[in-house]
Amino acid sequence: MLEIFLGLYIFMLAAFVGYGVIKGVPALLHTPLMAFTNAISGISLVGSLVAAGAHYNNVSTVLGAIAVLCATINVVGGFWITDRMLRMFKKQDPKADAAGDAAS
Amino acid sequence: MISQVETLYLIASFLFILGLRGLTAAHTARRGLIFAELGMGFAIWGTLIHPDIMARFEIAGFFETYKWILLTFFIGSAIGIAISALIPMTRMPERIALSHAFGGLAAALVGVSEYYREQVVAGHMDHTTMGAIGFEVLFGGLTFTGSLMAFGKLSGLIPGRNITWPLQNQSNILMFGGTFVLLVAVTIDPSNQILFYAMAAMPLLLGILFVAPIGGADMPVVITLLNSYAGLAASATGFALDNNVLIIAGAIDGASGFILSVVMSKAMNRSFRNVLFGAFGKVDEEDAAMAASGGERVQEASVGDAAMLLSGAGSVIVCPGYGMAVAQAQHVVGELAEILEANGTQVRYAIHPVAGRMPGHMNVLLAEAKIPYTSLMELEEINEDFKNTDVALVVGANDVVNPAAKHNPASSIYGMPVLNADLARSCIVLKRSMRPGFAGIENELFFAPNTVLTFGDAKDTLTKVVEALS
Repeated sequence: MLEIFLGLYIFMLAAFVGYGVIKGVPALLHTPLMAFTNAISGISLVGSLVAAGAHYNNVSTVLGAIAVLCATINVVGGFWITDRMLRMFKKQDPKADAAGDAAS
Repeated sequence: MISQVETLYLIASFLFILGLRGLTAAHTARRGLIFAELGMGFAIWGTLIHPDIMARFEIAGFFETYKWILLTFFIGSAIGIAISALIPMTRMPERIALSHAFGGLAAALVGVSEYYREQVVAGHMDHTTMGAIGFEVLFGGLTFTGSLMAFGKLSGLIPGRNITWPLQNQSNILMFGGTFVLLVAVTIDPSNQILFYAMAAMPLLLGILFVAPIGGADMPVVITLLNSYAGLAASATGFALDNNVLIIAGAIDGASGFILSVVMSKAMNRSFRNVLFGAFGKVDEEDAAMAASGGERVQEASVGDAAMLLSGAGSVIVCPGYGMAVAQAQHVVGELAEILEANGTQVRYAIHPVAGRMPGHMNVLLAEAKIPYTSLMELEEINEDFKNTDVALVVGANDVVNPAAKHNPASSIYGMPVLNADLARSCIVLKRSMRPGFAGIENELFFAPNTVLTFGDAKDTLTKVVEALS
């Protein structure tokens, strides 16, 4: 009974921290943010790895293995595509500075 | 062993939050990403030495223990990299929807696997764990099919229009309530397997029914909501497995999706309740009849006229919309900007929060076209500047530049924040045809005396403008 409360406290605090930090993410980066949190939510990999590796029974192993597959697609793919997007975000290039400085 | 696992999880949680902090500014974002990747590495390492896995390792040895993990991890990585490296930026919303589906499915499967292990095989499951697994399977299943529907609509496999049927909201809410009752029942009596599998199947149906009535242009809200659900599913997994790093990462993901849905619904001037209960995407019927400006004529401009206007301008603000993504016109927008800037024209971009099919969609496309992010302005930053601007160039945007939202209380988008493209000295609208936008309403901007329209595919038109100017 106590464990569930400990979990709820952690959930509540993490949700507030997440809310506070993510509030500060500019609209500019909202798509990378979604890809990023997507990769992080692939953390359910952690649960599926145990199911796939501990061999509790055949059903759990099969379900766990499929879950590992799905979660890995998210983790690896999510980080990869976030990086691909973030690499594209460039500041002013020097030659355009004269025209653009007033803009920024 | 437990303390080692927990230490690694603690480090992982710390790195996740640190990484997220990096994302609050463009120049620290990639560093943040590296922190998060490290965090994920620690979390995986911690899991690979989990006591249950090590117990198996003692008996069966390395290969037997890790064979399925290695195989699926390898295949999953290959698929993940292939999708992420090859998909064009214009299709990013589909990619995100698809990954929510994978995330939901993974959580739901872990839930079923846990139930099977503890209840079906071992014959015992306590109520709290059952409740957590119930939430996990509920959110996971809902996210899985809901995201597949969203993916289908975004990619055009399913008609993007809103599919409606009688008593839709009532029956959806009733079914959702029913699922919840099943969840409570199975928590009280975990041994009832029929209840459990019924409870696991219902959300799959619900996901389809919830997303079916939602039209394509409302997808930003749907995607962000599903993002939030995927996070909640992961968090519930953490409760079921007593795993804190899962709870934390899931809560962060849930909070992120929640914030983004609030941003989206504000930008569409819909209440959050309105968005949650599927009333969205229904505005069109009432308003199709409202084509107030029926008799008026638009002023059409040739490519040459548009090029003339642009070359004579001292300042230009580009207002991109989903049409720019459809026409893949972002690169030619960048070329045009380069020519204009070489001429001494100031070029900036006004990004409406719901332009496109997901939050930040336009920013990513323009960044892809090598446009520096310092000239991408948010609505509040730039809206006052339109009145001192020579030309507003509207590329494939419609409702987000409709001045009716500012002064016509009869309009269904009244009150929605819009870009002041109408206040620029002149306005060029690139449009495929005179078809109204998603809300089905006429856009007053098109009939304004200082507006000209150039018809045709945005990419073709802009390519010709670039040729005319260079």
